Amino acid sequence: MTAAGPTSAPVGRTLVKGASILGGPARDLLIADGIFAAVGADAAAGADANTETIDASGLVALPGLVDLHVHLREPGREDAETVASGSAAAAVGGFTAVHAMANTDPVADTAGVVEQVWHLGRSTGLCDVHPVGAVTVGLDGRELAELGAMAESAARVRMFSDDGKCVSDAVLMRRALEYVKAFDGVVAQHAQEPRLTEGAQMNEGSVSGVLGLGGWPAVAEESVIARDVLLAGHVGSRLHVCHVSTAGSVEILRWAKGKGIDVTAEVTPHHLLLTDDLVSSYDPRYKVNPPLRTQSYVDALRQGLADGTIDAVATDHAPHSLEDKDCEWAAAAMGMVGLETAVGVVASAMVETGLLDWAGVADRMAVRPARIGRLAGQGRPIAPGEPANLVLIDDKSRYTVDPAAMLSRSRNTPYAGIELPARPVATFLRGRLTAREGSVLA
Amino acid sequence: MTPHLLSAADLSLDDATLILDTADELARLSDRPVKKLPTLRGRTVVNLFFEDSTRTRISFEAAAKRLSADVINFSAKGSSVSKGESLKDTALTLEAMGADAVVIRHGASGAPHTLAHSGWIGGSIVNAGDGTHEHATQALLDAFTMRKHLTTLAGRKVVVVGDVLHSRVARSNVLLLSTLGADVTLVAPPTLLPVGVGSWPCNFSYDLDASLPGADAVMMLRVQQERMNAAFFPSVREYSRRYGLDGDRMARLPDHAIVMHPGPMNRGLEITAEVADSDRAVIVEQVTNGVSVRMAVLYLLLGGSDSALGAVE
Repeated sequence: MTAAGPTSAPVGRTLVKGASILGGPARDLLIADGIFAAVGADAAAGADANTETIDASGLVALPGLVDLHVHLREPGREDAETVASGSAAAAVGGFTAVHAMANTDPVADTAGVVEQVWHLGRSTGLCDVHPVGAVTVGLDGRELAELGAMAESAARVRMFSDDGKCVSDAVLMRRALEYVKAFDGVVAQHAQEPRLTEGAQMNEGSVSGVLGLGGWPAVAEESVIARDVLLAGHVGSRLHVCHVSTAGSVEILRWAKGKGIDVTAEVTPHHLLLTDDLVSSYDPRYKVNPPLRTQSYVDALRQGLADGTIDAVATDHAPHSLEDKDCEWAAAAMGMVGLETAVGVVASAMVETGLLDWAGVADRMAVRPARIGRLAGQGRPIAPGEPANLVLIDDKSRYTVDPAAMLSRSRNTPYAGIELPARPVATFLRGRLTAREGSVLA
Repeated sequence: MTPHLLSAADLSLDDATLILDTADELARLSDRPVKKLPTLRGRTVVNLFFEDSTRTRISFEAAAKRLSADVINFSAKGSSVSKGESLKDTALTLEAMGADAVVIRHGASGAPHTLAHSGWIGGSIVNAGDGTHEHATQALLDAFTMRKHLTTLAGRKVVVVGDVLHSRVARSNVLLLSTLGADVTLVAPPTLLPVGVGSWPCNFSYDLDASLPGADAVMMLRVQQERMNAAFFPSVREYSRRYGLDGDRMARLPDHAIVMHPGPMNRGLEITAEVADSDRAVIVEQVTNGVSVRMAVLYLLLGGSDSALGAVE
């Protein structure tokens, strides 16, 4: 696959001094011509008078992060987010590649729309924007979109999803799984049985009963995942499960992987940290789909991510305009922004708890997502000759989340005022510094 | 007292008792030729109704007027999504008009909570029914009615029958009655009990006949039209046979037991005409008591601290 370089202008040399690669001992990195030219003792020797030096002592260096699941809202809802603003949020969040979901307006169900998003991403140049193609025309769940045309377009789509809606028709799901085998595609399922979730407003459990809000039962997710892993096994295709949110889903995935079924799964940062008792405030910032669950589910998701049953963290970054959240719960839109807080939330949920070390975070937030998305130049080792996609993370000083400082066009974060234990301080895309200390470098 | 009345859970035993005692005092007003007190003169109470509910609205209206408040009825039918104006803009409008209290009925659970905590409006918020969440003043008037007939709620057995899943009346009653020391049993088909009901401060049962002996009060909930064809129960007739209150079942109640219904009733469905019109039914009395209880709530929320009738006695 070709690299998605935004510019052909030569990229200067950068010496990153004293970075802790994957949390290991401090080493120097020399970046030149978009790749790591040297790592370790001989890196400094390659620096010349024009080399920019970045002091990375005390910072953790990971491969640039890869997000399998973001909503960039363009085309259609540019008031909430654009490819440019979403790319900026991604860059300051430490990401060098994102997958932009298809539920735009118009829907990304043709080669034309995915190419538009692809080109917008390239011209912005802050991170690689890989459009996800819709599985069905208009996300309507009735007929397959032209998956092959999107795969062969300039955007080279490999991931297909009706995210926001479930491909609930078993035959259509089977056909989609079969069809994408021709171009090594993957169907990313939003697992939500529609009839079981009619009128659903939050996790079905003791809190929903008290609050009088329509319940979204765990079985509505688990039953679809169970069906889909069996279908994927039957037709020998690749399935990816979006935003897994329940303990039962983790168990089914563990079983399926044990059977050799080619299934991967992602979990969002918010499902690793937040629980449904927050909904007692009726604050729509906590309204999200799938909904926040209970602590026992949070624990099971953390465990599943730690043991690799869940392959990846994906933000499900879902920007919404202020008016879509400044209202009563039932009228509010579902979703949270997540790109700019992902590292801090994962550090809080997984690293501080000892469930993952930084090498593990790199695996779940860069290596495996790149593999799932078939992105050849992403999620690679920090080693000589590899593309210089890099994030430097400060995990020594806690910081308080300030929505006003975010680069996303939307501010619907559930973490306002919360202290997080880590944040990205510099991001490189193929050797070019894209973000530094919360600002982007155009 | 809290500045708002959003949930029956907001009320401590002392708060609830104060409201009921104040309502007792105010009820005496209805024996007078002039049923009006000057207590809330110059204060403005807005009835903000996003759902039709003539009964609840006129009850609050009568309560506010008997306390000499200025009453504005604001009917904003339809949700903010479908009708354009948002809850926020409606609230800002009311704030600009100087509402001292807003009585809100809304189809969305939590809308009164949102209004009270949004910063959009400064007055007291009274929940007059929100979605399938709560209807606190209904529970207060139910408790008031039971207290009148049963002397106290402490240790009394109250059976609540019907669509608990979608009932704001049931939720508020469970919370308030348990605060007041009553022993509440919810009776419904399993499809109409919410997940998690086992952790509520009450008992539950699927068997109405087994729950009636020993009951001091039976409260029948309305079966909404929209539940009838959504597989919650096989047919209206079967529901009626298993969970309706008819004369035979009423005969199994102790002699002192009362029969209640928040209205409007589906006669012949959850309650037969024979029961609804019997001496045990206190359904019309509930309506009367609703005015007294709502007077007490408005009086206490809007700053009344002395005896409600003290000023004129």
